[in-house]
Amino acid sequence: MALTGVLRPGHVQLRVLDLEAAVKHYTQVLGLWETGRDPQGRVYLKAWDEHDHHSVVLREAEEAGLDYLGWKVDSRATLQKLSADIKASGLATDTRWIEAGEHLNTGERFRFTIPTGHAMELFAEKAQIGNGMPLLNPEVHPDNLQGMSPTRFDHCLLYGDDLDGALTLFRDVLGFTLTEQVVAGPERALIGMFLTCSNKPHDVAFIRQPVKGKLHHVAFFLDSWHELLKAADLVTRHRVSLDLGPTRHGITRGETLYFFDPSGNRNEVFAGGYISYPDRPVLTWTDDDIGRAIFYHYRKIEEKFLSVFT
Amino acid sequence: MTYAIHITNTGEHFQCAATQNLLAGMEARARTGIPVGCRGGGCGVCKVHVESGQVRTEKMSRARLSAEEERQGFVLACRSYPTSDLTIRAVDRLARCIEGGR
Repeated sequence: MALTGVLRPGHVQLRVLDLEAAVKHYTQVLGLWETGRDPQGRVYLKAWDEHDHHSVVLREAEEAGLDYLGWKVDSRATLQKLSADIKASGLATDTRWIEAGEHLNTGERFRFTIPTGHAMELFAEKAQIGNGMPLLNPEVHPDNLQGMSPTRFDHCLLYGDDLDGALTLFRDVLGFTLTEQVVAGPERALIGMFLTCSNKPHDVAFIRQPVKGKLHHVAFFLDSWHELLKAADLVTRHRVSLDLGPTRHGITRGETLYFFDPSGNRNEVFAGGYISYPDRPVLTWTDDDIGRAIFYHYRKIEEKFLSVFT
Repeated sequence: MTYAIHITNTGEHFQCAATQNLLAGMEARARTGIPVGCRGGGCGVCKVHVESGQVRTEKMSRARLSAEEERQGFVLACRSYPTSDLTIRAVDRLARCIEGGR
């Protein structure tokens, strides 16, 4: 099955308290490239191996957290079809079109709010500015990388209440696959879900909490466990607020390191994980084994890992 | 310049430099068990009330500290620096953690 429809998480717009402190963190420590600033003062960034103009947008605001997550789709036709499907599903609210150019170098976007209260967007067009290397006879990485230098914006974990509604929207309307789930109690109520639109173990994940529209973390992809170790060195070297890791998740099997940006938004750098095809059976974890599911080595969850979010 | 900080919940005292935020001061000089969240003014875990004395604050997320709370003397310790000796009272999660740990 070829990868069609929704391709990937294409951008995340984050609210930060101090723009320049955030830019310093995301460029010098994380190692994203600044690709533009718009008249509103927003700063656009991308990971080095992404070709699209940006994958992270920083907006200075009075509170930290997530503005929205944008998904790139394969064509204008898909954008039109999915926007109509979303409206017809009755599962989304506050649906509207954002005009082309509202984000630098980006076509029109369809915005909608999902049952967990998060704003999402679909878009089909964004200018490709390359990864610093030629497309004909390229190298394997560009010069002058700094910081952790992830290759891409990978996924977000979000906190919200109506996971069932969000699952129906992502799986049945947008064509995502459920890769793993966490269930609680004798009724096996869904309390965590990991969804992919590609063959990654997750492109977005949700944990059920009695809140709307909250962000647990934004994750960026590193190539190896050793790069994660070096990333942790940079967390200390730059006196960044460390959360947890480096360690490994049971869910996704990914290798992980968590830390905070200067406004308290949690960042993750993530490596490894399995390949997920659409016919892969769903893996289920029960809440009595949640420690191993989330932190495979520690086999317990630090309370702050669940209770701290923006 | 270093100031004396008194935590009313536990009766503890610690010294905090004017250049050090109250949360870092608590972490370094008070006993362990201080719950630490994001350390960036975003998560609200380290909320305290300034009972007496003055602090200089940096920007704190309005999602975690309302303008009204700020007027009433609540601050996030990770974004607050002493400019005098202080008496502070931990509230919410920070209070539960340090009082439970006594």
